[in-house]
Amino acid sequence: MITEKLKKYKKKIDIIFLDTDCAAILDKGLKMSADDVIKELIDSGLKGRGGAGFPTGLKWKFASQQKENKKYVVCNADEGEPGTFKDREILDKQITKVLVGMAICAHTIGADEGYIYLRGEYNYLIPQLNKEIDKFNADLKKRKLNFSISVKSGSGAYICGEETALIESMEGRRGEPRNKPPFPVVEGYLNKPTVVNNVETFVYTAMIIQNGAKFFKDLGTKDSRGGKVFSVSGDTPHPGIYELELGMTLEDFVEIFGDGDTKAVQVGGASGFCVPRRKFKETIIGFEGVPTGGSMMLFNSSRSMYNVLHNFLEFFCEESCGQCTPCRVGCQQLLKGIEGVKDKKLSPKYLDDLRNMSDTMRSSSKCGLGQSVPNAFNSILENFKEEVIY
Amino acid sequence: MNMIKVKINNMPLEVQEGTTIHDSAKKLKIKIPTLCYHPDLSVAGNCRICVVEVKGSKTLVPSCSMPVAEGMEIFTNTLKVRKARKDVIELLLAEHNMDCTKCYKNCNCELQTIAKDYISENDRFIDVAIKKHIDKSSPSYQKDDSKCIKCQRCVRTCIELQHVGAFTMAHKGEHVAVETFLDLPINEVVCTNCGQCVNRCPTGALTEKHYIEETWEALANPDKFVVVQTAPAVRVALGEALGFEPGKRVTGQMVTALKRMGFNAVFDTNFAADLTIMEEGFELLGRLKSALADKKKVALPMMTSCSPGWIKYIEHEFPTLLDNLSTCKSPQQMFGVMAKTYYAKKMKIDPAKMVVVSVMPCTAKKFEADRPEMYSSGYKDVDYVITTRELALMIQQAGIDFPALEESKCDSILGDYTGAAIIFGATGGVMEAALRTAYEVVTGREVPFKNLEILPVRGMDGVKQASIKIEGCKPEWKFLEGVELKVAIAHGLTNARTLMKLVEKGDAPYHFIEIMACPGGCLGGGGQPIPTNLEIREKRMAAIYAEDRDLPLRKSHENHEVQKLYEEFLKEPNGHVSHELLHTHYKKRERY
Repeated sequence: MITEKLKKYKKKIDIIFLDTDCAAILDKGLKMSADDVIKELIDSGLKGRGGAGFPTGLKWKFASQQKENKKYVVCNADEGEPGTFKDREILDKQITKVLVGMAICAHTIGADEGYIYLRGEYNYLIPQLNKEIDKFNADLKKRKLNFSISVKSGSGAYICGEETALIESMEGRRGEPRNKPPFPVVEGYLNKPTVVNNVETFVYTAMIIQNGAKFFKDLGTKDSRGGKVFSVSGDTPHPGIYELELGMTLEDFVEIFGDGDTKAVQVGGASGFCVPRRKFKETIIGFEGVPTGGSMMLFNSSRSMYNVLHNFLEFFCEESCGQCTPCRVGCQQLLKGIEGVKDKKLSPKYLDDLRNMSDTMRSSSKCGLGQSVPNAFNSILENFKEEVIY
Repeated sequence: MNMIKVKINNMPLEVQEGTTIHDSAKKLKIKIPTLCYHPDLSVAGNCRICVVEVKGSKTLVPSCSMPVAEGMEIFTNTLKVRKARKDVIELLLAEHNMDCTKCYKNCNCELQTIAKDYISENDRFIDVAIKKHIDKSSPSYQKDDSKCIKCQRCVRTCIELQHVGAFTMAHKGEHVAVETFLDLPINEVVCTNCGQCVNRCPTGALTEKHYIEETWEALANPDKFVVVQTAPAVRVALGEALGFEPGKRVTGQMVTALKRMGFNAVFDTNFAADLTIMEEGFELLGRLKSALADKKKVALPMMTSCSPGWIKYIEHEFPTLLDNLSTCKSPQQMFGVMAKTYYAKKMKIDPAKMVVVSVMPCTAKKFEADRPEMYSSGYKDVDYVITTRELALMIQQAGIDFPALEESKCDSILGDYTGAAIIFGATGGVMEAALRTAYEVVTGREVPFKNLEILPVRGMDGVKQASIKIEGCKPEWKFLEGVELKVAIAHGLTNARTLMKLVEKGDAPYHFIEIMACPGGCLGGGGQPIPTNLEIREKRMAAIYAEDRDLPLRKSHENHEVQKLYEEFLKEPNGHVSHELLHTHYKKRERY
């Protein structure tokens, strides 16, 4: 059923799931100096694949500059964004590549402990992960690298994907985001310098070490280098996980994955943006357009965008940590507000008040969760106002 | 420390590296509103009321947590900032119980003040306030979740200052709430009733259980003989709630006000503090005699038992050390039982008709008065405990123009006191008072400190240590000759815990330890006027020591009325009658 066009796109890029000689990458990485690794990563243009898009090379550089004896490497496998399921697949199929990326990171910044913070719902993976990790740790010992990795299990809170909430959770506390600064690269896990990277990011770092910066830089666009693993779901004949080049337009994307009746794509999950059909052509998937941690949800004309928005807002009301005012109360106001308008208890004009308030959520929430709730709200409202009101 | 150059509202400023925007702005006389921020606590940065604009930053920045950086340009009053603050206030009000005029904290509420400043006049948002029952299970204070703004000041207070952790944040998102373990009633958990959370709650979510009406009713009942005692720390803080600056001593006006309110006799807890020193001092000497002269096994170091928050804490956390506690009741309870026995007998008053009201800087005292151990007179020894704050309210209700009042003195025969009693209100005070008396009992000479001021036990350090070498003992105390008496003092239960961990391990070479549950001692008690911070507590402390200096008698054993009490009633310190009325034991409690 896969279209010719998809085949073409698939052929172009195959990095993440390609079986490769992990031991060779590890050996190569460990032979390189920290400065060389960092330079390679900065040159490659790799940005964090969790969604926020912070340049990975810079993150490692900052951590490497910290004068501390104890440092940590943490792999963020708390994949919780609605519509993403790619990290699970990577962990399942390519765990060694993840571990190699972590080990090279440890070598680069001077860390001796690493953790995979695993989403609670993925706990079924732990036995197989531990088997691979034990093997890998033994390998590192043989190579005389003082670094070992273990798994810490989360408990299913979406907020724990935020790196400082993740660290709080790792330390045994409530998953609540911290004040920044200090950033984790300065004071992270147990207040020591910590690099937290997404599962996919670690794999790309390993592959960049293997193939050099240029191979990665040549893919994608100026602002969005390289490839990206997408989780495609919704009204599509081809749901699943696909590694594609960044920088393609939504029009191309929908041509491959759409069912011929796509009216909107939610790019980046509940915290991302809703793009309507009329904007497919001009919208680039990438940091210069709509960024995504991987979630691509397609909706066709049978879907009510009010229901979509309602679902997202219910999700945020539940998954906000509840710590800061704009996010905790703001989410409730947005949800109750659209319900009130739908039920004709509130005037449609009230939606303007909510949009106005959502600016404060964006400007004043403590972390990325609250700051990005207005993304879905505003983009759905802007493009599908009539569905929200009537 | 490096100096950093910044601009706030276009005004240049140089501050030390690491200073927050909030504190930097203060130096330029710019007040940034705060709610979750409290100077005694770690920074939470969760209310978002203190956001400001920083040039180059996409988002607004919380000024309480953000340190300044070189060249930073900060704007505290832009349209964007004002809009965000107004939104935050109105969002908080949307989840807040708006029965302001029926709230105990009405006009003394930080949320209300900020809402007023930013003119929140329209109901823009949908009411999402929760309806939950009010936890009234503690005799000391109550918790009303409908007024909680989730600033977590109480949670931080309980864990950071007190290391108790009775409260924690529970649940997520819209359901987030301050809860006890398993949401059990407050009286079933480790809470010590110290009230430090009440002191720091910005709204009416945590308030003392007040006994104002009960007290007025007793005063209005012609069949009742109502006596009142006031704790030493009340007189150096009451003024704050009645128009004076912190540190003002209002002892005389307070006595006048209490007389005007209609109390049949106005006494002083200080009297009982002097009595406590006699009992506790001799108890210590007795334990030292057992240990040093008789070589018997006895629990040392001995630890003070005046602070009811501390008592409940040790019952929960260190029950194996309960034998180390002095068996002395607190001054409040000693007073109650003396009033209903000695005083009642002497004045021919039926103790059944006597009502003892005590005015305390403390919420835990309400719990203490309710304890089953506190019925030694045959009645409830202390009937009602009201805090400094409640007394201030009652003075206002009575229409008393407090600042203009003339001064007067306490009644006799439970109203005389020495400087040693007044310093009970400050951390280290009980220790100093005990040393002033014990040293003199043993050697016949005054403690070897200028003006009787034992400076090493004073001040705001969390844990203090001192030692005095005992020389030239009287014959009956020869076993103490040459002994270096070692003492330690802690205030705030986090500091107490540090000390108890050492005692538990056997690493505490002390003879006597003073613990007060609250920061600064009673002067920083949970029943004192709000707000509290180090500066205010230091002013109260200075006032306490000034009171001590100004008194003619400054050693407990010189208190004439206490001497008379021993002659006529108790016979001797730690004697049979004392043991029946003035001493008690405590029990182990579970750690929920």
